Amino acid sequence: MKALVLLSSLGVISLLAELFSFKKLLYPIVLLGLIATFIFNIQDWNAANNTFYNMLQFDNYAIAFSSVIILVAFLWFLMAEGFFKEETNMTDHYSLVLFALVGAIILTSYTNMTMLFLGIEILSIPMYILVGSSKNDLSSNEASFKYLIMGAFATGFLLFGIALIYGATGSFDLATIKTGISVQGATPTIFYVGMLMMLVGLSFKVSAVPFHFWAPDVYEGAPTVITAFMATIVKLAAFAAFLRLFDVTFFRVSASWMNIVWVLAALTMLVGNITAVFQTRTKRMLAYSSVAHAGYMLMALLAMNTYSNSAILFYGLAYSIGSIATFTIVSIVAEARGDDGIHAFNGLGKSNPLLAVVMSIALLSLAGIPPTAGFFAKYVIFTSSFLAGNVFLVAVAILASLIGVYYYFRLIIAMYFKEGNSEKINIEMNHKLLLIVVAIAIIALGIFPDFVIRLI
Amino acid sequence: MKKIALGATIVEFAITVMALLQYQQGNTTQFEVSYSWIKSLGINFHVGMDGISLLMVLLTTFLVPIIILTSFNKDYRNPSRFYSLVLAMQFALVGVFVSLDGFLFYIFWELALIPIYFICLLWGGENRARITFKFFVYTLTGSLMMLGAMIYLYLKTEGVHSFEIAALYKSGQGLDLIHQGYVFWAIFMAFAIKMPIFPFHTWQPDTYSVAPAQGTMLLAGIMLKMGTYGVIRWLLPIVPVGVASNANIAITLSVIGIVYASCIAIVQKDFKRLIAYSSIAHVGLISAGILACNVQGVQGGVIQMLSHGVNVVGLFFIVDILQKRYGTRDIASLGGIRNLNPQFAVLFLIVLLGSVALPLTNGFVGEFLLLNGVFQFGAWTAAIAGLSVILGAVYMLRSYQSIMLGETNSVTVSFAPLSSSEKAVLIILCAAILGFGVYPKPLLDIAGPSVEKLVDGVRLAMGK
Repeated sequence: MKALVLLSSLGVISLLAELFSFKKLLYPIVLLGLIATFIFNIQDWNAANNTFYNMLQFDNYAIAFSSVIILVAFLWFLMAEGFFKEETNMTDHYSLVLFALVGAIILTSYTNMTMLFLGIEILSIPMYILVGSSKNDLSSNEASFKYLIMGAFATGFLLFGIALIYGATGSFDLATIKTGISVQGATPTIFYVGMLMMLVGLSFKVSAVPFHFWAPDVYEGAPTVITAFMATIVKLAAFAAFLRLFDVTFFRVSASWMNIVWVLAALTMLVGNITAVFQTRTKRMLAYSSVAHAGYMLMALLAMNTYSNSAILFYGLAYSIGSIATFTIVSIVAEARGDDGIHAFNGLGKSNPLLAVVMSIALLSLAGIPPTAGFFAKYVIFTSSFLAGNVFLVAVAILASLIGVYYYFRLIIAMYFKEGNSEKINIEMNHKLLLIVVAIAIIALGIFPDFVIRLI
Repeated sequence: MKKIALGATIVEFAITVMALLQYQQGNTTQFEVSYSWIKSLGINFHVGMDGISLLMVLLTTFLVPIIILTSFNKDYRNPSRFYSLVLAMQFALVGVFVSLDGFLFYIFWELALIPIYFICLLWGGENRARITFKFFVYTLTGSLMMLGAMIYLYLKTEGVHSFEIAALYKSGQGLDLIHQGYVFWAIFMAFAIKMPIFPFHTWQPDTYSVAPAQGTMLLAGIMLKMGTYGVIRWLLPIVPVGVASNANIAITLSVIGIVYASCIAIVQKDFKRLIAYSSIAHVGLISAGILACNVQGVQGGVIQMLSHGVNVVGLFFIVDILQKRYGTRDIASLGGIRNLNPQFAVLFLIVLLGSVALPLTNGFVGEFLLLNGVFQFGAWTAAIAGLSVILGAVYMLRSYQSIMLGETNSVTVSFAPLSSSEKAVLIILCAAILGFGVYPKPLLDIAGPSVEKLVDGVRLAMGK
């Protein structure tokens, strides 16, 4: 609750900065504001409260997810300082990002379908603009346009689904819907149609195959920092929403959607990883890898047992931190060498050992090699799937991870094995700091995962 | 840099020797430490050593300083990285040998892979990117299968799920015949790839020959033992019935591997590849002996792991010495080195005799026990496995003859005298080879009670 108020005010403050010309101060203000938001947010731990006429509920689940989102947002701001340097539109960028965060936090805490819809829109509309924020770059414009159209489609499906479910149960409230469908035989067919449409809408948002077609183009065209934002925060929030809706509200009718999600998860892991193998540009490769990671998280969603929530939370955190590191390095290297092809990384191990080491740690984590956070994240998900009896899906996931190793290691091999540009790339101080912190966090989370696992 | 690394590993060796002195004869697990690590998932940081683990740790801490010493005449690029990776490797290896928690074991198991991958990738020879990647994917595939089996067993543990070794033993032994079979193959695959056993060996010769000398020594001397140790600690007791019903296939594969690898070794021209194939043959015998699952077989396996570690490091070091001096590993193009340096010739001969298991060398003790163990499993199997001794003598003595004896030729005009570090390494290794060949009792005494306890437990669960 407090997080929402604080973030919205931060957004408004950044708009005012244009008027009262304290634009220079805005960066530290936002960083401090995020720290304050984080602190106020975790104060509500174990003190669940309902607000806005029971439309939002800040229980431990919401607080855990929103805290992770705020944390990742903080790291993202460290990464994205350059994005706020241009004199024009700077305050717009700040406020758009902050309002998108507001949407993300609503998605973790909604207990009402209208808030789900609002959250998705508040998150998505700033993203449509931000994706197109390189105004003179054609591919950025194209990405923005594509994202808008596909996003609008997804929203349409979602809204239609919400309407049908309202028709079937007479309520937007999740708890009422849940009790409504618990009566055997009383659920009309339109409810299932509505649920299916919501599934499609949310699958668009988390870019699950076959609803992922927008993702690679949008990820590639958008400015790299915005890609990082979409791959981490947007995905985390969408999964928090997905989980709350399907694992909690639609739990009673899980038999009717489980098979569909099973297929989605398997396809997402396989198609994402296999397509990533054939990419020659790192950003596009990471886009497909991001698609693939959604598949693993869907797997946890499917398990629906005691581990599911913490599995998705931990996976989301591990994956987001790894992605922040890889996208930071990709943007640094692409800017310095004028190219984001894999060959741009040739010889990086010699010219910039720090970048190469952190990149290797992050890639090992994304590939799921111990003792990194990514390994443990995969481990928890595999365990929970095993427990749910989805043994075959675990086998698919293991196969997909092996394919994943292949393309992650292509970058490692390029950095250390191939001869290339030996010119040292200058790294800004805050990026250096960010990378070191992130690398330590990846290993620390891999060795001491209990802290996060026990949260929810 | 070299000296710091050497000093650190010598200190570790000294600590192991101290542990050895404090170790009380018997079959108990000693030096146990257990902390709760990931409480919510029942994972503990639980380590401890019984006789088998102690010997494995002793092997690791004994060989790593020697491996570092072998690099004293070499200048690697970025020595700090190289030696830190070697030390990281040692850390993971020791971890594998002392873990008493399934999850911890898996973490160390994977952790050992990363340093060796980078050692091979950064300092290896031609084509290393492709070859080391194949190695990585192969072993990772096996590991993931083992992880799957471990999670399966973990979810079958009673009450609060736990990765404790005792809990896993219990849950594994509680499975029916068919499921024990599945678990057996999933776990065995990981170990079989690591050792490697025919037909999962295809990564090995390439990786061994492309890796830098020290990397090869780490791979063959110690890392290979992770697989055989894993079979003893994490396969036999977990699924005894699965072993009883599937071991014949696994032993057959091992024995095929012995003959197959020996035959290929005979026709190798490259001395390093020859030793790589001989290593497959040796490890095939170890694996067959252990899977036969009787006291002699397992005891022999443990002893042979030690001997093979010492011998193979010695052999790969000799390859390195030759390659540094002549720039070639081609057996046919060398010759007559004995005339140039008789001292080297004697040391080489001792290492080689250890490797072909001549009586009074360390290789004999283990190989004898292993063949005895396999014989109890099946006489014909033992007869075929015994070919390894004869074939081993063939390719080893032939290559010695070609490299060391005869007349010197245009390649081997002169032989730069052995440096002091080279001499030190070879003399230490030869002393170990002869010492434990003549008097193996201390090693047998340490391993014996633990092996008996383990094998008795397994055979009881098998119902034999």
